Amino acid sequence: MDKMPRWADVVLVPLICLVIAFFFSGILIWAIGQSPVEALTIMVTGSLGSTYGWGYTLFYATNFMFTGLAVSIAFQASLFNIGGAGPATLGGLGVALSCLFIPWPHWSLALAGSMVAAMAFGAAWAFLPAWLQAKRGSHIVITTMMFNFISYALMNYLLVNILRPVGKMDPASARFDEVTNLPQLGDILALVGIPFSTRNPANISLLIALACAVGVWALLWHTRLGFAIRAFGKSEKAALYAGISPVRITLYAMMLSGALSGMMAINSVQGEANRLLLNSVEGAGFIGIAVALMGRNHPFGIVIASILFGFLYQGGSQLALGTTIPREVIVVLQALVILFTGALPYMVQKPLERLFVRFNQGRAA
Amino acid sequence: MSADMIGGRQATAAPVSPYAIELKGISKAFGPVKANQDINIQVPRGTIHGIIGENGAGKSTLMSILYGFYKADAGEIFVGGRLTPIPDSQSAIRAGIGMVFQHFKLVQNFTVLENVILGAEDGAMLSTSLSRARRELEALSTEFDLDVHPDAVIEDLSVGHQQRVEILKALYRRADILILDEPTGVLTPEEADHLFRILAGLRDQGKTVILITHKLREIMETTDNVSVMRRGTMVATVKTAETSPEALAELMVGRKVLLEVEKRPAVPGRVVLSVKDLRVRDENRVERLKGVSFEIRAGEILGIAGVAGNGQSELLQALGGITRATGEVTMNGVVLPLSGSGANGQARREAGIAHVPEDRQALGLIMDFAAWENVAFGYHNAAEYQMNGLLMDNAAIKADTAAKMAKFDVRPPNPMLPAKSFSGGNQQKIVVAREMERNPDLLLVGQPTRGVDIGAIEFIHKQIVALRDAGKAVLLVSVELDEIMSLSDRIVVMFDGQLMGERDPDKTDERELGMMMAGMAGKRGAA
Repeated sequence: MDKMPRWADVVLVPLICLVIAFFFSGILIWAIGQSPVEALTIMVTGSLGSTYGWGYTLFYATNFMFTGLAVSIAFQASLFNIGGAGPATLGGLGVALSCLFIPWPHWSLALAGSMVAAMAFGAAWAFLPAWLQAKRGSHIVITTMMFNFISYALMNYLLVNILRPVGKMDPASARFDEVTNLPQLGDILALVGIPFSTRNPANISLLIALACAVGVWALLWHTRLGFAIRAFGKSEKAALYAGISPVRITLYAMMLSGALSGMMAINSVQGEANRLLLNSVEGAGFIGIAVALMGRNHPFGIVIASILFGFLYQGGSQLALGTTIPREVIVVLQALVILFTGALPYMVQKPLERLFVRFNQGRAA
Repeated sequence: MSADMIGGRQATAAPVSPYAIELKGISKAFGPVKANQDINIQVPRGTIHGIIGENGAGKSTLMSILYGFYKADAGEIFVGGRLTPIPDSQSAIRAGIGMVFQHFKLVQNFTVLENVILGAEDGAMLSTSLSRARRELEALSTEFDLDVHPDAVIEDLSVGHQQRVEILKALYRRADILILDEPTGVLTPEEADHLFRILAGLRDQGKTVILITHKLREIMETTDNVSVMRRGTMVATVKTAETSPEALAELMVGRKVLLEVEKRPAVPGRVVLSVKDLRVRDENRVERLKGVSFEIRAGEILGIAGVAGNGQSELLQALGGITRATGEVTMNGVVLPLSGSGANGQARREAGIAHVPEDRQALGLIMDFAAWENVAFGYHNAAEYQMNGLLMDNAAIKADTAAKMAKFDVRPPNPMLPAKSFSGGNQQKIVVAREMERNPDLLLVGQPTRGVDIGAIEFIHKQIVALRDAGKAVLLVSVELDEIMSLSDRIVVMFDGQLMGERDPDKTDERELGMMMAGMAGKRGAA
């Protein structure tokens, strides 16, 4: 029945997609008069060639893990949540309020407080479109997208008018107290004797993101709620027959999704910036969709896809520094990867299936 | 089987081979499941050849191999005496093989003409294809009594007409050999008769027809020869005129089959379910169930007869907690909420109501879920499926599924396979096992044997009677009058959302019930 082994579907297809994306990127770089080989070398050494580069790669990856998991949990309930950015923005607000206004005695308590605030703010922001979908039938693709823009406007207002310290010009909050600074990934790895650069923003949030991936996996495949979410996602009619409430599942799945998106702020706001900036999400909400697609909606696939996109982000910025390749071209490169890995896997899947069928026949004959 | 057992009509022309299709040693395995084992079959040219077998016997796999959907692991296909490899459906079409699927593959908002040429357009300009096809279509349509207008839009056509469009599609592609997979499952008896007239006409024009079905009556009435499959092997090929339904049933199942249900008289006990003035409106606010009242006692089967669409589905769904309703429903003396958050499938299960829904693929199962997940489906909150307050005990569910599969003879007995990879009969057994093994006080069961093969029908009927004999109440809804008559202890007839009256199955006949189903008999007391 299966035309090709599972490993080929899960590993080979994304890899081939990636190679195709890089191939077209290479043509593009060659067309603007640069060397594709040199560009790739810079990307790889810049992001994976040193622990400094790895730090940045993993920092970005952490953001994408949170938003990717957020998108995937909604996907499982068959809800196409475009709004990773909204809850992530609001999560940032939650983290900032917690860090600014509560006198935390220790970073660990500050982290716990930030997590609770980030999840609560993110979930609350996702609740509104979820409620509109569940009760009023307003399509979640439209509402979540609109709520993203509302969140940007809200943040703009808050930072310019309320959170901006007196006398400062830039729309950002005050710096958080040093006690709230999170341990660097380098510091943590030093405890187990692994030398790792500390001059990068990678921090303890990475471990929390990995824990969340395990948590999402356990939730989806080992709990009643996860069972109900997946059943609802596969067939709303059947779910109703089984007595699974569509309203409740829509709300739960979206609030879980919002909470995960919100958690991104502990990495970007508390872990890196130490203050709330205007655009703290930096597109991670949308990358989350690509990551979830490429990771085949599975938490562990999402972790791997996140690291890949972290590499693209960090490698891309190194490319912008190290070559005369314009910044826009790097965005095009990322877009190509999203296009081929996220939107076009079927293009690769079908020929590959035929190849496997032929191979198996050849072996059987 | 040897060739001398097969006769049929003699070919008129002087072909290379008397056989339109000959399969030699076809084998196909899906992992450990041997769907087809060393199948040999010869289909004489210009005959209607039946292939009969239980669901899961390998009929569809064999035809999929013939139509290029699957590649056989071993064996050879000869078309018209010539060795013809069929790696894909395009090759099958080129070899003159046409297929009419159980589920039609038509574009609903296209016309008949557009559907017929879809994929067979010659050239970039549509208008030349269309005008050429129109002439050909009209010729085919009159020649074979198909009676379809080329400009009719598919969604306006009846199911029977849509099926004829599928036949036209095959004929337009120059098919000499037409394969029909369970063609009458969706047809009214009248439409089915018309179809068989068309098939006979095709045969008389020298075409070869392969008819896959599990209905013995159709085989006996329409085919020249019949091949019987059982568990992936071809057990016999015989001339239809020289066999009987009983003999075929025995060949299919591998043992003697009871075509009638054996049951003792009912011993009704206390009232389990009491329904008063139950009303259901659909999403357009149209009343579909117009004040229905009845009672079911422990130890009896109440059958609801009726033509599909007269409110039986709404009744089941209202009682199963799927749709909102008004009225009063009392279960074991407790009034059930019919609307609001208390009216849901979980609450009904807790009240002791199990529900085998009419549409197992849309409601009863999640086709992408594994069998074990489907066994937990609806009962996923049950205490024995939990490891602790937080996690589900997946291992326990799998073990429970394996036990239920063994008890209900689900094949293949693999809890890890997704529901969609089981045959219809086995899917139904999974649903029936899940609902009955909960030992409910009331079983709601809709169309229990729709799309289910003989062996499984017998099994499911026995289970329903056994549940009754264990002192449980059963509400049976079926459009098969035979099934209602043989299983029920009392029959009520439903027409236009109302009950037309009650009859004793021993004191009524199909004619009387048929009149009531058509709304033509007066009410004679409520049920």
